[in-house]
Amino acid sequence: MLRFMINRAGQSAILLLIVTLITFFLVNLAPGGPASTMRMEATEEERQAIVEKLGLDQPVHIRYVEWLKNALQGDLGTSFTSSEPVIQRIMERLPYTIELTIFTIVISVILGIFFGVISTVKRGKAGDHVINFVSVIGLSVPAFWLGLMLILLFSITFKWLPSSGVGPRGAEFELWGWISHLIMPVLILTTTVLPHIVRFTRSSMLEVTSQNYIRTARAKGAKESVVLYVHALRNALIPIITIIGMLIPRLLSGAVITEAIFGWTGIGTLIIDAARGRDYPLVMGITVMITIVVVFCNLIVDFLYSRVDPRVKNV
Amino acid sequence: MSNKILEVKNLVTGYQGKDGFMKPVDGVSFDIEKGETICIVGESGSGKSVTSMSIMRLVEFENGRILDGQILFCGEELSKKSNEEMRQIRGSKISMIFQEPLTALNPVFTIGKQITEAILFHRSMGKKEAWLRAEELVRLVGISDPKQRLKQYPHELSGGMRQRAMIAIALASEPDLLIADEPTTALDVTIEAQILELLRSLREERGMSIMLITHDIGVAAEMANRIIIMYAGKVMEVAETKDLFDQPLHPYSKGLLESVPRMDGERGVPLKSISGSIPRLNEVPPGCRFSPRCPFVTDKCHKQEPALEKRGTRQVACWHVDELFEKDLLAIKTEGGVPIES
Ligand SMILES: Nc1ncnc2c1ncn2[C@@H]1O[C@H](COP(=O)(O)OP(=O)(O)O)[C@@H](O)[C@H]1O
Ligand SMILES: [Mg+2]
Repeated sequence: MLRFMINRAGQSAILLLIVTLITFFLVNLAPGGPASTMRMEATEEERQAIVEKLGLDQPVHIRYVEWLKNALQGDLGTSFTSSEPVIQRIMERLPYTIELTIFTIVISVILGIFFGVISTVKRGKAGDHVINFVSVIGLSVPAFWLGLMLILLFSITFKWLPSSGVGPRGAEFELWGWISHLIMPVLILTTTVLPHIVRFTRSSMLEVTSQNYIRTARAKGAKESVVLYVHALRNALIPIITIIGMLIPRLLSGAVITEAIFGWTGIGTLIIDAARGRDYPLVMGITVMITIVVVFCNLIVDFLYSRVDPRVKNV
Repeated sequence: MSNKILEVKNLVTGYQGKDGFMKPVDGVSFDIEKGETICIVGESGSGKSVTSMSIMRLVEFENGRILDGQILFCGEELSKKSNEEMRQIRGSKISMIFQEPLTALNPVFTIGKQITEAILFHRSMGKKEAWLRAEELVRLVGISDPKQRLKQYPHELSGGMRQRAMIAIALASEPDLLIADEPTTALDVTIEAQILELLRSLREERGMSIMLITHDIGVAAEMANRIIIMYAGKVMEVAETKDLFDQPLHPYSKGLLESVPRMDGERGVPLKSISGSIPRLNEVPPGCRFSPRCPFVTDKCHKQEPALEKRGTRQVACWHVDELFEKDLLAIKTEGGVPIES
C-alpha cells in the first residue's frame, strides 16, 4: 500500500512537471502576449511598461523556473486580467465543472452499462441495432451543433429550459431552477462519453460470455439472469473500468465546449477566457489543476480495479 | 424398471454453418447403466464434447442445436424439456466438469462462493449452512485446509486443486450422473492419477454413474467399465474394457490401441500412429468415415456407411469385421509388421 502510494506520487509528480513544461512553453511562445490585447491606441512605451511589469522581458526558460519555484510553494501567481490570485479564480469555478462532470459520469456509467448489456442480450436483434445506431449518431454529431439545436428547440421554440447560465445558487437556490439549467449541458456532455461506454460494455460482455466459466455457470444450473448479471458482468466490468479512466480527459475537454455553449461558468469557460486574454499564470494554474484532477481520477479507477479483479494486487 | 440411467439414441447435433448445418455429432447412440463408468474415446474433434454438451443441453447457448434423436435420462426425454426444467436438472441430477480447471472457474469469485452458489441453485438453505456444506465437499474431494481454501480465488490454487474444486462444485447436489470432459488433460501425470483415483472412489462411495471423455485410451483402460470409440461424429465400437483390449473389432480401435505404450510391449519399438487426420466437418467422406485412413479399406467402404451392429455383448460399425477377425488382422501388434506410419 505504502509502496504503491509512493510509486504513484512519484509518477504523478513527473507527469505534472512534463505537462507544465509543455504548456508553459506553448502559451509563452505562441504569437501575441498580454500587451497585444491592449486597446489600439496604447503607445509603444505603455506596452513596454506592461511587459516589464509582468516580468515578460525575461527569457522563457528563466520565467519557467521562476514559476515552478513559486508553484512548488503553493503560489500559482496572480491573474494578469483580474489581479486576483490564480488559485482563487480557479476555486470559484471548479465546483461548477465538477458538478457537471460528476452528473455526466454517473449517468453515463449507469446508462452505458445498462444499454451495453441489453445490446449483448439482444445481439443481432432489433434492440441491438437501435442501440448501435444511436451510439454511432451520438459519436459522430459534434457537441456544439447538437447543443445549439437543443437550445433552438427547448429554449427558443418551446421555452422549457434556460439556454444559459448555472441557475440560482446560494441563498436563491431552488431545485427546478438548478436542474433545468443542468439538463442540457449534462445531456450534451453525456453524448461525448456514453456511446463509448455502451460500445465497450457490449464488446466486453460478448468477449466474457464466450469464456469457459460462463459455460460452467450454466452447467451448475444458474439462471440466465445470474449468468449474465453476476458471472459475466462482474468480469466485463474490469475492462469497462479501465475505459472509464481513459474517458476522464475526454470528458474534461468536452466540458470546455459544453460550458462555452451553455454559458456554464466552470473551468472550461475560464480556460477560454484565460487563453484569449493571454493570462499566462491563469492558463498554467488551470493546467496544473486539471492534471491533478485527472491523476486523482485515475487513482480512483485503479482502486476500483483492484476491488473488482482479485488477480490485481490490492492497493 | 430399466437399469439404464442414460440412453442416447441416434443423436444429431449441428451448428449453423455458412452452407447448412455442420454436424459434429451425427447419429450417436449409447447408454450408461446405473453406477457404471463409461469412457468416450476418440481423437480430438470427434464430437465428444459436443455429445456431452448436447446431453446437458448446453449446445443451444453456443449456437448449436440438437437436430434429431433422443436423450433419455432416467427414462425422461431431455431434448423435450423446457429451459427451466433443464436448468433444474443441470448441476443437480447431471453435473459436468471440464478440461481446463483454470478457465472453467470464474476468476473473480472465491472457490467458496462458487461452490455454495452451486448448492443454492438447487436447494433452499441459509448461506451459513451452504458454506458448511461447501466445507464438507471440499474436504471430500481431498483439499486440505478447507476453511482457508474456500476463501481463495482460483488463481491462488494449483491446477490439481482447481480441478478438485471443480469436482466439489459438480458434487454439490449429489448428481446421479457426472460427465467429465477430459478432466485431466491439462494436468501432469501424477496429478492426473490422483484426480482419476478421486473420481473412482467417489463413484464407489456414492454409486453415481460417470461418463468420462478422454482422447487417451490409457485413461479409459484404467477407469471404464465400457468404452465407446467415437470417430468424426459417429460411434465406431462399443465394448467392455477388457474385451476391447483383448481384441478390438474396429480398425480404428486397433489403431488407437496400438498408439499407446503397453506394459507387455517390447521396449524400444516405435509406437504406431494412425496415418492421416480426422476429416473436417465440411469434408466428411461418403461411406465409412474412417475409410480414407483405414488400412483395410475396400470399395464398399467408400460407398456405403456401415451401421453400428451388435456382435454379442459388443457393437461395431465396420463392413469387414468378420473377415478381418478370421484372418486375425485386428490383433494388436505393437512390434514387427509394417508400421502404418511411424
Ligand atoms: N460452438 C461451436 N460452433 C461450431 N462448431 C463447433 C462448436 N463446438 C464444436 N464445434 C466443432 O465440432 C467438432 C467436434 O468438436 P468437439 O466435440 O469439441 O470434439 P472433441 O471434444 O471430440 O475433441 C469440431 O470440429 C469443432 O470445431
Ligand atoms: Mg473436447
